[in-house]
Parts: sequence; C-alpha cells; structure tokens
Amino acid sequence: MSVPHRFARRAIAAVVLAVILLGLLAAMHAARSEWNDPYPARQADRNILYAAFMERPKRLDPAQAYNENEYTFISEIYEPPFEYQYLLRPYTLVPLTARAMPVPVYLDRHGRRLPADAPARRIAYSVYTIHIRRGIMYQPAPCFARDASGHYLYQSLTRAQLGGIRTIAGFRHTGTRELVAADYVYEIKRLASPWVQSPLFSVLSHYIVGFRRFARTAARIRAALPKVDGRPPYVDLSRIPMAGVKVLGRYTYSITVHGKYPQFLYWMAMPFFAPMPPEADHFFSQPGMKSRDLTLNWYPVGTGPYMLTVNDPNRQMVLERNPNYHPDFYPRRGEPGDAQRGLLKDAGQRLPFIRRVVFSLEREQIPYWDKFLQGYYDESAISTESFNQVVQFSPGGEAELTRSMRAKGIRLVTGVAPSIYYYGFNMLDPVVGGYSQRARRLRRAISIAINIGQYISIFRNGRGLPAQGPLPPGIFGYEPGCAGRDPYIYDCIGGRLRRKPIAVARRLLAEAGYPDGRDARTGKPLLLYYDTYQTGPEAKANMDWMRKEFRKLDIQLVVRATDYNRFQQKMRHGEEQIFSWGWNADYPDPEDFLFLLYGPNSEVGGNGENSANYNNPRYNRLFNRMRNMENGPAREAIIRRMVSMAQRDAPWVWGFYPKEFRLYQAWLHNVKPNYMATNSLKYLRIDPALRARDRRAWNRPVIWPLWVVLALLALLVLPAVLVYRQKERRSPL
Amino acid sequence: MIAYIIRRILYAIPILIGVNLLTFALFFFVNSPNDMARLHLGVKRVTPQAIAEWKAEHGYDQPLFYNAAAAGAGKLTHTLFFQRSVKLFVFDFGRSDDGRDIGSDIRQRMWPSLAIQVPTLVLGLAVCISMALMTVFFRGTYLDATGVVLAVVMMSISQLFYVIGGQYLFSKVLRLVPISGYDTGLSAIKFVILPIAVGIVSGIGLGVRLNRTFFLEESGKDYVRTARAKGLSEIRVLFRHVLKNAMIPILTGVVVVIPTLFTGSLILESFFGIPGLGSYLIDAIRAQDFGIVHVMVFLGSVLYIVGLILTDISYTLVDPRVRLG
Repeated sequence: MSVPHRFARRAIAAVVLAVILLGLLAAMHAARSEWNDPYPARQADRNILYAAFMERPKRLDPAQAYNENEYTFISEIYEPPFEYQYLLRPYTLVPLTARAMPVPVYLDRHGRRLPADAPARRIAYSVYTIHIRRGIMYQPAPCFARDASGHYLYQSLTRAQLGGIRTIAGFRHTGTRELVAADYVYEIKRLASPWVQSPLFSVLSHYIVGFRRFARTAARIRAALPKVDGRPPYVDLSRIPMAGVKVLGRYTYSITVHGKYPQFLYWMAMPFFAPMPPEADHFFSQPGMKSRDLTLNWYPVGTGPYMLTVNDPNRQMVLERNPNYHPDFYPRRGEPGDAQRGLLKDAGQRLPFIRRVVFSLEREQIPYWDKFLQGYYDESAISTESFNQVVQFSPGGEAELTRSMRAKGIRLVTGVAPSIYYYGFNMLDPVVGGYSQRARRLRRAISIAINIGQYISIFRNGRGLPAQGPLPPGIFGYEPGCAGRDPYIYDCIGGRLRRKPIAVARRLLAEAGYPDGRDARTGKPLLLYYDTYQTGPEAKANMDWMRKEFRKLDIQLVVRATDYNRFQQKMRHGEEQIFSWGWNADYPDPEDFLFLLYGPNSEVGGNGENSANYNNPRYNRLFNRMRNMENGPAREAIIRRMVSMAQRDAPWVWGFYPKEFRLYQAWLHNVKPNYMATNSLKYLRIDPALRARDRRAWNRPVIWPLWVVLALLALLVLPAVLVYRQKERRSPL
Repeated sequence: MIAYIIRRILYAIPILIGVNLLTFALFFFVNSPNDMARLHLGVKRVTPQAIAEWKAEHGYDQPLFYNAAAAGAGKLTHTLFFQRSVKLFVFDFGRSDDGRDIGSDIRQRMWPSLAIQVPTLVLGLAVCISMALMTVFFRGTYLDATGVVLAVVMMSISQLFYVIGGQYLFSKVLRLVPISGYDTGLSAIKFVILPIAVGIVSGIGLGVRLNRTFFLEESGKDYVRTARAKGLSEIRVLFRHVLKNAMIPILTGVVVVIPTLFTGSLILESFFGIPGLGSYLIDAIRAQDFGIVHVMVFLGSVLYIVGLILTDISYTLVDPRVRLG
C-alpha cells in the first residue's frame, strides 16, 4: 500500500476513534452533572449563596472603605454599634453590638448639663455614651493567637519567622478575644490618624471634640519615631488621648461632639465606626508584612456574621460564617404587609442562615445575566439590554415579569432608592447662573423643556420617578404627589402631576430676554453649554435627546464631552455651565440632601458637594436651623420652606429618583431591599435542594449538535479523500 | 553569537528608556497626580489635605521630570520619572497605587494567561498549518477555493463576535461549558476550553492565509519540482520538503510572540473572566493605576525585544546559512 493511502486510512481511523471517545465522554458527563456549572460539583446542594461583583473592591479597611462595592464585603465582617432594622420603614436605627440606643446628654459651654429639649444654640457639646454587649467574640485570626503561657504568637515577628508566608493562611494558629469598648475608641483614633487617610476625616474633624488636635499629635509622634526598614513604625494610638472620645469601662465608651448633631448616630451605623482590635493593627504593621501584601486592607478582622476566607478580587471572594458570631436574631417586627409576603416567617430565628457566600467577579454584563438565567447566581440586577426580555408593564402601569421569567419562579423586587440624579446649573455662570428674575425664568423655562418623564422612559425603561425637589422618597420631609410638586414646573390636574406645556416655557424664555431662543438685545441665538464626561454610543443618544429638548425652546445646546478628570477639574473651577450629577444618601436624613444646596458647601471656594454653587443666604440660615433639629412638625415646616426656595430659584433641573429592579431566584427567601443597611446577607435564607433541582432541569447539556458537526466533518473529509485518490491515480502525461 | 546578543541587549536600553519616557508623558498628559488621588480616594468628601497626603504617601508629590527645587543631580534624580524608572531597570516593580506588590501580582496572574495563550498558540498553529497544507494539496480544486474564501471571511470577523457567538452557542444554548469564570488546577480545564477554542477559531482565517502563502511560495521552487520529477508522492513532497522549508518564516512569526504570551489577551480574559495579565492591565487603566500601567508597558517592551532576539537566534538554528555577527 502506498504512503498516501496509509495516511488517509489512518486519518479516517483517528477521526472515528475520536468520535467514539468523545461520545463516551459525553455520555459519562451527561449522567453526572451539569457541564456548564461554574462551581465544584460537590457544592451543588450546599447552603451557599452565589452572587457577583462587577468592580473589585480597593479597600477593605473600615477606616478607608467608602464605596458600595467595598461595603458589600466589610459590612458583613465589621460591626458598628448600631444598624438599620431590616424590615421597618422609615429607616430605623437599632442596637447591633450596643445594648441600647444612646440618649445624648447636652452640655453648655461650661460643661453644665442641659435639659433634653434645650435649644440648639445653647448646646455646646453632645455626649453619647455607648454600652456594648458582653461576650461578643472576634472571628478566629492569627493576630489573637497565643501560646500556652498566654503570650502572643505573632505580635513580635522577625523577617526570618515570616519566612515564605505570603497569605494569612500561612499562620498556623489563630485565636480570638472578647470585643471591648477600647476597640471602638481605637478605630475612631484611626479615623483621625493622617496616615490612614480616612475619607471621613474632614467631616468628623468638625464634630468630634479633639479630633484635629489628636491628628496633629499622632502625626508628630509618628514623625519622631525612628523608621523601621525605611518605613514609619507602628504607633500605639491607644496611648494618645483624644479629648472627645473616652473609654469609660470595659464595655462602655463615650463620644463628645460639638453642638447638637443628631445625625451623628447615623454615621455610627457605618463601618467607619466598627471596632478595630489594636492587635490586628499592630500585627499588620510589623516589618515585612506590607511587602508580603499582608495588610488590613486585604485581611479584615471583625466580629460580624461572616469572615473573609478567600480574597482573590480578580476572580472570587468568599465569606464564611464566623464560628464565633454572637447571638443575633431575625427581626420580629416589620411593615404592614411584610407578614403576608412571608418576610416574618423566620422571626426570632438565629442569624445568619447562610453558611457561605461566594462572590464571583463578572466584568461583562452578558455572562452575568446568562449565569443568572442558568441558576448560577441567586440574584441579579436587570441591564437595559435585557429589560424587555424580563419586564413588561401592565395596563395599569405596574411592572411585572414576563411569562418566561415567571415560569422559572423568578421574583421581581422593586424600590425607589434614596438617591437623586439631576441636571445642575452653575450659579456662578453669567448666563444661566445668578439670582435675578431673568436668570430664574431662564432656568425654569429649561426645567420645563427637559421632559424627565420621557428621559426615564427612553433611557431607563421606566425605572425612575420624576423628582420635584432635592429630597427622595423615604427621607423625612419628602412629600409625595401634588403636595410636594414643584409649582413652577408641574401642574396638578385631577390629582396627577403634569409637566407645564412648552408654551409656558417659551413665554418664560421670552420674559428672560430670549424670545424664540434669541437674545433680545443682540439678536444672537442663545447658545448654552452642557458639560459631560460621558462618551460612547449610549452617551451620544443621550446627548442627541438633550439637544432635542433644548431645541423645543430654539436654544442651541453645545455638548462639551471630556474625560472624567477634566470634567471634575471644570467643576472645581466653576468653568461648567450645565451638567448632570447625582447623590446617594449616606444616611436617611434630609440634611444629607439639603446640604447639596448649602452655600458654604459650594464646590468652588468651599471644595464641597454643592456642585451648582447655589448660595442663598436665607436657605443657608434655614439649613443651619434645620440640621440640628429632631424630626417633627417644626423641622418639616422649615424643610418645606427650603425646598420651596430651591424650587423658586431652580438651581437644578430636578431629575429623577432611581427606581431599582432586582431579580431573585425562587429559592432565595427574606428578600427586602434596604438601601441603608449594607449588612443584609445575614437575613437571607436559601433552599439548596430546590436550587439543585432547578439547575439540573435548566442546564441539561445538548449533545446532539456535536454529532451533527462531526457528521458534517466526515462529509467534508469524504470528497477530499475522493479528490485525493483521483489525483493520485491520475497518470502523468 | 554571544557578542551579537550582548549588542542587542545594549541596543535595547535606549529603546526601553524611550518607551518609559513615552509612557510617562502620555499617562500624565491625560491624568494628573491630583486626578489619580481623587479617583483612588473616591468621589465623596475628598479634601485637598487628603489628596496631598495620598500623593506624598505614593510618591506623586515629586515633579515629573525636572525638580527645580533640588540641587545638582537631584534636579533630575529627585523626580518621579527617575525614581520609578531606575527601579524598573533592575526589575523591582514596586507597589501598585492600592498598595499591592506588583511583582507578586504578575507572578500570580501570568499562569491563567499562559493557560489560555499556550494551548491557543500550539493548537492554533497545528490547525492553521494542517488547513493551509490541505488547501495547497488541493489547490486549484473547489476545496482550495472554498478554504480560501472561508479564511477571508473568518479573518474579516472581529474576535468579539467569536467570543459572544461562542458563549451564546456553547454555553447558553448547548450548555456544554461554563460561560465564564476560572478555577485553579485541573478544575480550570472546563473554563479554558471555550476561550482556547475561540482563540483558535478566530485566528484560523489569518493563519491559513499566511501559511498557505508560505507553502505556495515553497512549492514553486526548483527542489520541489525535482522531488516531484523523482516520483515522490504529493503528500511526501508536502510533508518532507515543503513543510520543512516553509517552517522558517512560520517559526519567525511564532518565536516573536512566545514571550508576549505572558501578557495575555485583553478581550478573551475580560469576557471569559480569566484573572490573567490582560485583565490586570485593563483594570489598571480603568483605575488609573500608574504603577501597574508603567510596569506592564515596560514588561511588554522587554518581552517583545526578547522575542526579536529569540527570533534571530532561531534563524541560525533552522537555517545553517544564517550567521549572527
């Protein structure tokens, strides 16, 4: 037999063998499990929650972390003294590690005690005394490990002892200890330490007594200490006093703030105020630790329901139940309707329910969404691209799931987030800014012309509520319906809000000196500039829509798109004219939104968050009165006046309050969106058996197309063989 | 040859300094240290003091190229450019802006990149050579024409299409492999099958066209005519003569990309969730982490230069006529 013939036969035999092997392999796998399961098969029916994160957390140190993607993890690990009750609305603070909510003691400037109803101007100091619960233990961690004689094992390590240790798992021993009040005080001192670079430094330095002085003293002490391996050494903050923060006993500490500041309790419910054991800080400050990436930013040490056992933010992060977690129970009280929705079935049960939470990094929307549909994620947001596949609106305007989603048992949970997106006018700009009647009319005309309802419909699939002022729903002072409308922009017709006709806007524009979009004095067309950092195809559609809205008034809008850095620079220097921006609540108090229009908080000059640089002295005075008041009719009346002023001056085109739509699988229980509480994982419960069953049903591999492909390949090979034979047989001329 | 290699390495130094200079200029033309600090510290409640402290902590408080306040040589050495560049030339990669050891991250993340890139290169090469040989063997027939048209069509399609199409077909519709993700050890196999397949298929068009050209060029030479005249079969001519001699340009193309396999694929890693060096670079660009961008560009340049030197050396191995001097 010739060489080519042998080759052809061997090739065919190899293909046949490969097909048989593939078939056998396929049959074996099909019998075992889902081929597309991204998790180990042994986890299939375990009590594990699967979630995704789209942006890797940068910092896990509670003194530094301030982003949502960081709070997803650290809020489950660190426990501040207070938390938001999971089910109750309006948002209510309840004790977490504290024994009770503290009642502030007010003092005058001589340190004399004042009655609880003393006027704010007389209150020089407010003292919060917090008693924490006994018996709360930290998660197992090497920083607490001790030998038989009680000496710390890993608190005086040499480089040689560190050896080849590159991860926290390299330390064989772990230990724990009881949470004490001094740990909370230590963390507050960390917030004040300049080298920690806490984003809360500037806020707290205005309130906590002695905060700034402590920062100066600590920096001086640190600078005076000799460096170790070229790095500044560990500074024992517990030895440096801070006038306003004191340890009063093993389980008691106090914080003194300047004046009256009821919002301080909200700050204390954030991870910034979680306890930090000095052992952990010292442990990670030892020479050689940082060069091995062993830092507090990578390995948190807390008392919370979960502890971080896998920290690979490029792939996966895993939270495991903290074996030392203190008794904590599912709430017994909820809103009306919660019981009917099954949210109180677990009332009084010990938390947390879930043993392990696996977060996988998903950079792209498509794989994330497809994995959710395959049952490999237990919850998901809805991207704009998938929206029509998932949600449909009933004739009454109610959002509901499509039939295919309902068939899978998927549930839709919606809620309005305590956030606002708006278009701002730079009040320092000579054309759109200022407080003259002309400027107000121009801004109101534009506010009427920009149809936010249409924007929500086109760009957000209806996921938003047109705003009427700076306060979103759920925040004290927000008034729903016609009562809270902006009377300059909306009419109330039959109990429903309706944007004023464009003719009104044109009339206002003419009164502002721009009839038909032209300057009445010069005859030149009115040209306005919109500054944005959004670029790309989606942004282009957005900008086209904006231009269209301005064309309703014959105003020419020039879009100045730039990168984020340049945009921020423009904002800082007040070089923008019109811009869009947003704000998420730090805490559920109107002060956290109304300060966005407070003059001294202006971005230009004040380096604050008032990006429109709105500065109305009357508004500022009212803000100063309102900020320290307790919620009640008097405060509500002041808020109404402030909102009314802002509506009259129109420094913003009130944009919208975002409505969030999230999807949950049938096997996930106790889901209720709480936009303030970031430690919600402990309340969730899953049914692993149902999940395993559904996953099997949804993910059976489809193998027959493989056979078809192989058959096609064989069909292709056959004519090739024939051609080859013909060629070989062809006799040379 | 040693003298040649030393000379090439010395040539590489000014090239790397130039690349370094360009990286600095381009990066800081777009991002100022203030912008980097703001991005790192977050958008809320960032004070000028916090920015100044962040810059001092990360060494961005120094001038970029020229320090007028310093004395003597310090005018050049007490600059961000000098401080960062000198360390790179001794392969001390330093720390990223979020405090991580870049060298350690690179060592950890090059393995997932290699897990995708090496099989893609090897298998892709085998597939492309086989298919190119087949089209040459059947040249002038409908099989050749179909193959060439298919190759042109395939090379005209963006890799992104193959990625999304592959994920849709094999992960979503047929449910044969996970749509994205990664695991360590043998568990990684099920995650890398699809990216490797996509990498191979997306490279077939270009690879077949290129290799076919090499083979056709060889098959028209005198020694091939002589071999055929001696009565050798077409298969033997192709495999024993044409393939062997066409391997020189093929090898050249392959050796030059071998070192760059370490740096991974930006698209594949991003869409398939592979925690390799490609996604490392993308994350760093998004986060404006100059430390990582600087190191990755430098490393890419070094690897490319190494690739070129290896290519030259490989010439001498496959073609005894070539002498490096």
